[in-house]
Amino acid sequence: MSDHEYTPKSKVGKWFNDRLPLLTLANHLTDYPTPKNLNYWWTFGGILTFCLITQIITGIVLGMHYVAHADLAFQSVEHIMRDVNYGWLIRYVHANGASMFFLAVYIHIFRSLYYGSYKSPREVIWIIGMLIYFLMMATAFMGYVLPWGQMSFWGATVITNLFSAIPLVGESITNWLWGGYSVDNPTLTRFFSLHYLFPFLILGLVVLHIWALHVPGNNNPIGIDIKKPSKDTVPFHPYIVIKDAFALLIFLLIFAFFVFFSPNILGHADNYIEANPLVTPAHIVPEWYLLPFYAILRSVPDKLLGVIAMFAAIFVLVILPWLDTSKVRSTVFRPIYKQFYWFLVADVLILGYVGAMPAEGLYLLIARVATAYYFAHFLIILPFLGMKEKTTPLPLSITEPVLGGSADMAMAKNNSDFKEKL
Amino acid sequence: MKIFLKLTLLFFIISSLILSRANAAGEQQELLKVDWSFKSFFGKFDRASLQRGYQVYTEVCASCHSLKHLSYRNLAEKGGPEFTELEAKAIASNFEVTDGPNSDGEMFERPAKLSDKFVMPYANVQEAIAANGGAYPPDMSVLVKARGGGANYIYSVLMGYDEPPSGMELDDGVYYNKYMYGNKIKMASPLDDDIVEYSDGTKATVDQMAKDVTTFLQWTAEPHLEARHKLGFRVIIYLSVLTILVYFSMKKIWSRIETKV
Repeated sequence: MSDHEYTPKSKVGKWFNDRLPLLTLANHLTDYPTPKNLNYWWTFGGILTFCLITQIITGIVLGMHYVAHADLAFQSVEHIMRDVNYGWLIRYVHANGASMFFLAVYIHIFRSLYYGSYKSPREVIWIIGMLIYFLMMATAFMGYVLPWGQMSFWGATVITNLFSAIPLVGESITNWLWGGYSVDNPTLTRFFSLHYLFPFLILGLVVLHIWALHVPGNNNPIGIDIKKPSKDTVPFHPYIVIKDAFALLIFLLIFAFFVFFSPNILGHADNYIEANPLVTPAHIVPEWYLLPFYAILRSVPDKLLGVIAMFAAIFVLVILPWLDTSKVRSTVFRPIYKQFYWFLVADVLILGYVGAMPAEGLYLLIARVATAYYFAHFLIILPFLGMKEKTTPLPLSITEPVLGGSADMAMAKNNSDFKEKL
Repeated sequence: MKIFLKLTLLFFIISSLILSRANAAGEQQELLKVDWSFKSFFGKFDRASLQRGYQVYTEVCASCHSLKHLSYRNLAEKGGPEFTELEAKAIASNFEVTDGPNSDGEMFERPAKLSDKFVMPYANVQEAIAANGGAYPPDMSVLVKARGGGANYIYSVLMGYDEPPSGMELDDGVYYNKYMYGNKIKMASPLDDDIVEYSDGTKATVDQMAKDVTTFLQWTAEPHLEARHKLGFRVIIYLSVLTILVYFSMKKIWSRIETKV
């Protein structure tokens, strides 16, 4: 929070602000001191807010035309695509928007991992973020069910069936989720209802996420604590606002390319076949953003343990602030962790790849090794590395030079490292 | 700006991952590739081809395959075959639809109007399956989008009928097709040279008809494809100009402090 007291200039403003300090809030948001060395990986917070709002707005419009009924859902989607004015645009923005949302959230999460943004005093921001991510996956999964195509139906069947692995009560839970004895109309209507609800829960969590961020303030590429406000910070407006706007526009160009010129490339062709409980597709695959978890699920031979492994894969992220024992935040000063960081990135990409492949032969073997490594990274490497690793000296501030180099040099080094690995 | 190179790279890595999934379906024969007029940034439909494709659909496919998401009015709409309204009305009036109930509570038959959906060849899925030896002729409205290879796949299947390789046993009513999943198809080769007579004088070869009907089916699957390409081009131009403006504004604003953006 900014330290200075704010008083509106106009009388009306003061009258209102004394009763509801909205203007103080607005002033806090514009003046919010932000580290001036934030790089473009920090623009994804704004991009994600944009994604959420876009999904909510397009989703509300789609909800006006969509019919949540097993016999009518597919047809109503085609009605949107053909007969609703610009319905094709709204639906393609919504469908591709989900993918863009996940693309952005993965970059956002991996930025956090690289610069140690989850470490003290930002653990709560991180945990709220993980809750958002978890709700996003649930929302996206249920959204994918709504068009009631083959992948919708069979994806829903596979995922809801996971709960039947729970001992004793599994069967009852699955039937309770379905609202019957198989995925059918009751399943569709409740998924629609929840798919409409969850984004607003996410929105609430986003407010908390930003609130929690504004207490300690932003982390930065150097990862050191900075005085706020100081030479090291700039006010959020206009400096960060314009930079976020620029990054958002680049993001929108990619987004627009998908929507207008390749709108179906991220989806599965089978979802344009109406759901048919009697015909199972040759390969049931989830959307690309769930593939790493799907790979972990399938790499464990036992169903229950597979489900546990999949949820554990998310849970290790939640407790990450306590698994990583290193006090140094930024990877820039952690030469050994830096290598493991890129191993993890590669590992997750490999998991995503094998998640799309049939779970057999070499693919299954790779999936098992990658799953083991994923857990080893968080449960073994991070705790030990934090205690053993010799970190390079930290600068005193963003602007002040330190032993052996300035902050700018560290940043340049960090940049070239990125390039190397990519 | 370096970061955008990185981002673009990341973007390509991820998209290649996604694309790899598309090819994961199995060791299929590589599809025949056609240089479709509707591909690419400015892609548009070949109007004459759409009209011929409609003819092939009605005279060949429509006896088994429905187009249940289309209405007759679509035939006269912009971006489609663009028949005149009169032509579309005449086409519609060839079909009988059940309407009602009238004021006596009776259902009655009447010629179809522009606002009616395409009349289906079978009353229901069960009838369609029974009439086709146990195989359901899929609805063709979104068929192009429902198959991995899209238009190329439809075209390839139409062109892919061949003698089965030696040693392959085929049941009665099952045909060999190079591009069909599993190489077995229950539809006999639907096209023969001159099976339709094109009014514009185009020679009705199998290849020509396959191209025309595939173009038509691409349109039935994506009736707003032309509008999408056109709007997309404008959006990209608009965003590019705005991005450049914002970039220089950003440079200007950040020049107040010494840090580089």
